[in-house]
Amino acid sequence: MNPNEVISHIESKKKWLDVDIKGLWRYRDLYYMYIKRDIITQYKQTILGPAWYLIQPLFTTIMYMFVFGGLAGISTDGVPQPLFYMCGICLWQYFNSCFTSCSYVFVANQRVFGKVYFPRLVVPLSSVTSNLIRFGIQWLMFVLILIYYIVFKDYAPSFGFINDYGMRVGLLLTFVFPIISVFMIGMHAMSWGLIITSLTTKYRDLNMLIAFGVQLLMYATPVIYPLSFAPEKYRSIININPLTPIFEIFKYTFVGAGTLDIINLAYSAFTLCIVMFFAVILFNRTEQRFMDTV
Amino acid sequence: MLDKNIAIEFNNVGKQYRLGLVGTGTLKHDLNRWWQTTILGKEDPYLKIGEVNDRSTKGNSDYVWALKDISFKIEQGDVVGIIGKNGAGKSTLLKLLSHITAPSTGTIAYRGRIASLLEVGTGFHPEMTARQNIYMNSSIMGMTKHEIDIKLDEIVDFAGIERYLDTPVKRFSSGMTVRLGFAVAAFLEPEILVVDEVLAVGDAEFQKKAIGKMKDVSSSGGRTVLFVSHNMTAVKQLCKSGIILENGQISYSGTSENAIEKYFAFDPNEMAKPFCKRTDRYGNGKIRVNNIILRNINGKEMTEAFVGQYLRIEFHIDVEEGIDLSNMVVICAFLDMFGRSSVTWGSDEIAHDFGGIKDGVFSLVIPSLTLRPNTYNLKFVISLNTTKLKDLCDAMNGALQLTILNDDFFSKGINLHANRGYSAIMPANFE
Repeated sequence: MNPNEVISHIESKKKWLDVDIKGLWRYRDLYYMYIKRDIITQYKQTILGPAWYLIQPLFTTIMYMFVFGGLAGISTDGVPQPLFYMCGICLWQYFNSCFTSCSYVFVANQRVFGKVYFPRLVVPLSSVTSNLIRFGIQWLMFVLILIYYIVFKDYAPSFGFINDYGMRVGLLLTFVFPIISVFMIGMHAMSWGLIITSLTTKYRDLNMLIAFGVQLLMYATPVIYPLSFAPEKYRSIININPLTPIFEIFKYTFVGAGTLDIINLAYSAFTLCIVMFFAVILFNRTEQRFMDTV
Repeated sequence: MLDKNIAIEFNNVGKQYRLGLVGTGTLKHDLNRWWQTTILGKEDPYLKIGEVNDRSTKGNSDYVWALKDISFKIEQGDVVGIIGKNGAGKSTLLKLLSHITAPSTGTIAYRGRIASLLEVGTGFHPEMTARQNIYMNSSIMGMTKHEIDIKLDEIVDFAGIERYLDTPVKRFSSGMTVRLGFAVAAFLEPEILVVDEVLAVGDAEFQKKAIGKMKDVSSSGGRTVLFVSHNMTAVKQLCKSGIILENGQISYSGTSENAIEKYFAFDPNEMAKPFCKRTDRYGNGKIRVNNIILRNINGKEMTEAFVGQYLRIEFHIDVEEGIDLSNMVVICAFLDMFGRSSVTWGSDEIAHDFGGIKDGVFSLVIPSLTLRPNTYNLKFVISLNTTKLKDLCDAMNGALQLTILNDDFFSKGINLHANRGYSAIMPANFE
């Protein structure tokens, strides 16, 4: 289409649900560029480079094995500790990095945002995608460790779906549910991040919350402990956290620990829809004027 | 709807800012605004208050209009210079147009894509190479990868960075970064190009290239350029039309030459006042000029002078008690219509002691007025110390206008050419 025929209107008041979907599509090349940039620049001028992708979860796992497995003696439901922790840590890292980068979208990009207009949603979407690539690499390492355990440690792998539904159906579910889980984690992280970043352009208080809030949230999510380990009376509280069923299903799928709770998963999906709806509206309203207050 | 040949249309656009610290009180105001507009369905209570943006006087309201009632249309292919003092609202206007922040009132419509050169190179990521940054920056401006592939060579060539194409931008000098930024924006053929004071950086050769490129952009491609600059020569060279912004409102729009002349001309309201009541001046007022009279060699008052003539500029001053006039320093200059000084005299260089002034009158005597025929503005600065701003007593950029008339300066029976601009002229011979 001839760009001269595209007429843009800037108005003082935007409608609530006036999300620029067409604009997002027109800027798809920018979306790829942002992903590329995230990946290229993250470990520039480091000696180990992309190896840092692996070192981070590896060292965290070792530390957790020492603190939670060794000192605190928290059960891992019979799963070898490295596998159990690595499984949770990879997914949690994905949530953490998506959430953190999305909650700084406006503040971190104010120089570019103060210069040119493009649909701002491109940035959080691309950061969720580039983190997904990082998650994929880390997940590959989990698989390698799993294979190591099977081959050298005589570990009998336990895949929840395959155990419970047999090879044919179970294998399919083993593919489908993790994809849904990872997608939901990414969207949850982005939605909450968008809400935080929209509010922090004016009220910086939430910035204080992000760093330690994520840390606290991890303990309220069954990342380093199985939900079954929590006493009955706390379990319903932990279940309020919409991330809980996603982590449970993820671990159920790959290490056979955790619970398959479809009702709670539906609850999590429902929460996600509502949060995402509000997040996009709020983000859309904030992007109009945030340069005045940031 | 936008008419066919119109590229940009502003319709009653206003932008209001809140003064002071954002923080305390914002939540209260936000809640109040939300209550009034959403729940009670009334008008926004904070849009009504607020006043025109005059920074020097303290207003009563916490809200101020950086732009108010701005309406104009720009035709496709036009090159428009936007001029105005610092804080007149130029950058705000560009920000609204570039979609960076939304207006408080009114609507803006434009045709095509906008690329802006507000502080070039800010979109660059220091860790990425020039090539990656070209792609990144161009896609930010809405170009597709395919369009960039086609233009890559031209961009690199224009910026003159071929050897550094795969070097991270953080290793670039600031001049190279600017050149690259300009090249990206200028070559990717956005329908509207917004340029904010880019020519201030870069060397003379690049400035020449940049101006040439901007001329090409508008003449060949039929693209629209908005140019904000304090460099009036560049505005005059480049722009067909001009808009003057003053305190957030359009005070003039027309051809660029007229706009520039208007911009440096006297404020007619100020001119109508008696000299001592004029407010277009700065300083603490310890010494204050209350009249200036131009006299010829016979002491007769005049308003015009011939080139080469004798001129006496007589200053009448009021002095506060206890001021030692032997510390007074007076600087006078004749400015051209673009605000540049053509000739300057300082009493500190002439080593004059004003200690013996009687009746508050002193004069600058010019035995021969060696300025090319044209209209000049008289600027004066009176201070008690040339280095400190707080000792500035009185200063005006356009105290009065003096038209210098054409004459036979070299006594050869030939009048000077009137169209050779503003500058000094001095006796000389060809041998």
